[in-house]
Amino acid sequence: MSPEPTPSQTIGPFFHDALLGEDRTQLVSPDHPEAVRIEGKVFDGAGEPVPDAMVEIWQANRAGRYNDPTYDRIDLPLDPETFSGFGRSGTDEGGRFSFVTVKPGPVPGPDGSLQAPHIMVSVFARGLLKRLVTRIYFPDEEEANARDPVLSSIEDGEFRRTLVAREEGGALRFDIHLQGEKQTAFFEL
Amino acid sequence: MRQQGSGRIVDAQREDQPPYLYPDYVATRLRAPKKPLIILPKTLSDTTGPAYGHGPIGELDNDLTRQHEGEPLGERIIVTGRVLDGDGRPVKSSLVEIWQANAAGRYTHKNDQHSAPLDPNFSGAGRCLTDDEGRYRFVTIKPGAYPWKNHDNAWRPAHIHLSLFGEAFRSRLITQMYFPGDPLFEHDPVFRSVRDAEARQRMIASFDLETTRPEWALGYRFDIVLEGRNATPLENRK
Repeated sequence: MSPEPTPSQTIGPFFHDALLGEDRTQLVSPDHPEAVRIEGKVFDGAGEPVPDAMVEIWQANRAGRYNDPTYDRIDLPLDPETFSGFGRSGTDEGGRFSFVTVKPGPVPGPDGSLQAPHIMVSVFARGLLKRLVTRIYFPDEEEANARDPVLSSIEDGEFRRTLVAREEGGALRFDIHLQGEKQTAFFEL
Repeated sequence: MRQQGSGRIVDAQREDQPPYLYPDYVATRLRAPKKPLIILPKTLSDTTGPAYGHGPIGELDNDLTRQHEGEPLGERIIVTGRVLDGDGRPVKSSLVEIWQANAAGRYTHKNDQHSAPLDPNFSGAGRCLTDDEGRYRFVTIKPGAYPWKNHDNAWRPAHIHLSLFGEAFRSRLITQMYFPGDPLFEHDPVFRSVRDAEARQRMIASFDLETTRPEWALGYRFDIVLEGRNATPLENRK
């Protein structure tokens, strides 16, 4: 018999020293020729910034390979700089988070499909009894986005577009609205 | 709000996990999403995960009583257990991070307004990697109960926060470990947000005489079960 999962509980307001002691916001150096800066704000249902959230990302490298030891796409290269694919950022008083990373390659989707380049995102905060999961897609991948099996499963175009970052001042802007009219699309795993 | 073909009403019937919106926990009211969640098919994006999220672990990172010059005040305890996946297999070499209040119920955090004293010998943060049997172990101080402003005379039961990665993005979990017999359970909306009584029991450590070390510290055992790489999708779970 399989054991039953342990329930989730909120991260609370006091996680910073334990979880953000090391800077995990730079997956590559800002000097990396293909570095992409991703920045955004987390907002609550009243449109106020959320100053005590934690945002984590998980993504493949430029070749579309995840740096997971049990991952089987061994035909694809890992990066010489050992790109971890994992990042973690707190939010500041303005609800702001940011990462420096590279755009991942496409990865396999369900039923032999190919997914558009995307980054998996987890959001934790006081007031979230369990994490929220979303995805960041890239604005310069219109064709691949249109074919993406996950994006295209969302019928409402406006809701779907909450998952696509936008270019802004040399960075990619991705805001996360927890609730309200502009709410970001979140996933059930 | 059922305009999404693939969407579902947020927070379906599952009672062994908390809902996003639990109005008794006031902070959920403006932070819980209200539009339908999109069901995410399993792909490599979420069935993979980082080996572990941090650099090398320091030798004293799992002993919160030896991170400063002196010993912290309070009741020294040992907290240990196994991290298992949804099939009951040990999760090996996986990062476990913890944080907690000191014995007086105070966090070392600039936003903690509680009048209880800080302890210069206690920071309340630790981490370790699980071994080949999925086992982790911390030496720490039993945290105190802690007042908060959720409602009149609101107190959190004593708890230790735990952060776990497991094998995949899907298995990521942040939870809280409670201590047996706490009289505050029935008054705490965070604890009670898990509506299934048996599931609530899975957040409570058990006193363990075998872990207890004579003349030194009480031992508590707390096993954690993560959603496995091959966990049943929620829509099929009954």
